Amino acid sequence: MAEVREVTDATFDSDVVKNDLPTLVDFWAPWCGPCRMVAPVVQELSEDYAGKVNFVKMNTDENPQVPTKFGIRSIPTLMIFRGGELKGTIVGFRPKSDLKKRIDEALV
Amino acid sequence: MKTLDIAIIGGGGAGLTAAIYASRGMRKTAVFERLGAGGQIATTDVVENFPGFPEGINGFDLAQLLQRQAEKFGAKVIQESVTSLSPAEHGGFVLETEAGAYTARAVVVTAGADYNHLGVPGEAEFVGKGVSYCATCDGAFFKDQDVIVVGGGDAALDEAEFLTRYVKSVRIVHRRHELRASAINQQRAFSNPKIRFDWDTVVERIEGSSSVERVLLRNLVTGETREQPVGGVFVFIGQAPNNGLLNGLVALDAGGHAIVDLEMKTSVPGLFVAGDLRTKAARQLISACGDGATAAIAAEHYLAAHPANTSAK
Ligand SMILES: Cc1cc2nc3c(=O)[nH]c(=O)nc-3n(C[C@H](O)[C@H](O)[C@H](O)COP(=O)(O)OP(=O)(O)OC[C@H]3O[C@@H](n4cnc5c(N)ncnc54)[C@H](O)[C@@H]3O)c2cc1C
Repeated sequence: MAEVREVTDATFDSDVVKNDLPTLVDFWAPWCGPCRMVAPVVQELSEDYAGKVNFVKMNTDENPQVPTKFGIRSIPTLMIFRGGELKGTIVGFRPKSDLKKRIDEALV
Repeated sequence: MKTLDIAIIGGGGAGLTAAIYASRGMRKTAVFERLGAGGQIATTDVVENFPGFPEGINGFDLAQLLQRQAEKFGAKVIQESVTSLSPAEHGGFVLETEAGAYTARAVVVTAGADYNHLGVPGEAEFVGKGVSYCATCDGAFFKDQDVIVVGGGDAALDEAEFLTRYVKSVRIVHRRHELRASAINQQRAFSNPKIRFDWDTVVERIEGSSSVERVLLRNLVTGETREQPVGGVFVFIGQAPNNGLLNGLVALDAGGHAIVDLEMKTSVPGLFVAGDLRTKAARQLISACGDGATAAIAAEHYLAAHPANTSAK
C-alpha cells in the first residue's frame, strides 16, 4: 500500500503536468481539519484506482506557487489533471462516492 | 445483510460518544459517517470550552481522540452515507447505504447539521474562489486582504477572530443590531482593531471576475445599498438540521429538529436522536456528547427489555 506522495512547486511539472497517468492532486495544509479528514479517503481512492490514476498531495503552506497559479483559495481542493490539462476541480470535503464520480468523469 | 445491535448514524461528537457507551456496553456497534469522523467540530481551530482541556484543543485532534476511544471498545466506524432508514417488519431497523444494507436492533441518529448558505447571486459561483464556510481552512489564502464575515453568532465571531491572524481587515456583516454570540466573544471582537461591524446589513450579491472582488451590501434600516470591495466572503449564518432520514418517521419541530424526550427517545420505539439534530437550547459539543451518552444508555435499556430472540435470521 503506497503512501500518497508529496509534490512541490519544483516537482509539480514533472510529477503532474508531464505524468503519463491522469493525476489527482490533493491540496492541503496541516492546520486544516477537513484536509486531514479527506486524507484517508484520498489514500483509499489511490488504492481503488491503482495503476489507473496517480495520486499526489501538495502542502499549500510550503508551496505557494502552484496554488496561486490555479487560484486556490479554499482547501481541501482536489484537482485532476490529464495530459497536462486541468480536467476537474473539487472544492471541499465530499463523500467518497461523489469523489469517485468526479474522478470517473475526468477520465472519459 | 449485516446485523448490528446499535447503529449510529453520524460520526460527530454525539455519534462518537454514543459509540463509546454502546460498545463499552458490549453491544455490536457501528457508526456510519458519510465524510470523516468528527463532524462540525473537526473543522474548528481551537475548542476552548470542552471540559478537561484547560489550554483548549484543536477540533480535529479532539475528533481523533473521540474516534480512538470509540474504536478502543470495539465500535466500527464505517465510511458510508446512510441513504434510508426504515423500521423492519419484525422489529428493529433496516439501514441502506450506497454500499449495502444493514439491520440494527436500535438506532441512534446523530446526523447533526450542515451550514446554511446565503442564497444570493454569486455565492455558488465563487465557492473556493473567495466564498468560504471554513475560516480555519481558508484564512491563510487571504493574507493582507479585506474580507467580510456574515453572521452574528459565536461561530461568526470565532472565525472572524481567527481570520485577523492573516487578513488586513474583517467586516462583520450582521442583519440585526445586536449579536447572539457569547459575552466573551463579543468582548474580543469589539476590542480587536482589525474587526469592524456593519449592523442591520445583508449581502445582496457577490461579484468578481475570476475570484471575489466586491459585495453589494444593503442596510435594512435605511434601505441604502453600497459596494464594498473585498477579497473574501466567509459565511457563518447558522445550520440546517440533517433530518432527511427522519422525515415521515418521527415528529420534527418548526426548525426541522427531531422532538425527543429526556432519554433522547423518539415516538418510534428503538429509535433515538441525539446532538444538534434534536430540539434543544444549546448547540455545543459538550451537550451533543452528553446527548450521545444519554441516547446510548437508553438504547441499552431498550435492547435489554427487547432481547434479540425474536429477530429471524
Ligand atoms: C465553526 C464552528 C465552531 C464551533 N465551535 C464550537 C466550540 O468552540 N465549542 C462547542 O462546544 N461547540 C462548537 N461548535 C458547535 C459544535 O460543533 C456542534 O454543536 C457539535 O459538533 C454537534 O455535534 P453532533 O454530533 O450533534 O453533529 P455534527 O458535528 O454535525 O456531526 C454530524 C455528523 O453526521 C454525519 N452525517 C450526516 N448525515 C449522515 C448520513 N446520512 N450518513 C452518514 N453520516 C451522516 C455528518 O457528516 C457529520 O459528521 C462549533 C460549530 C461550528 C460550525
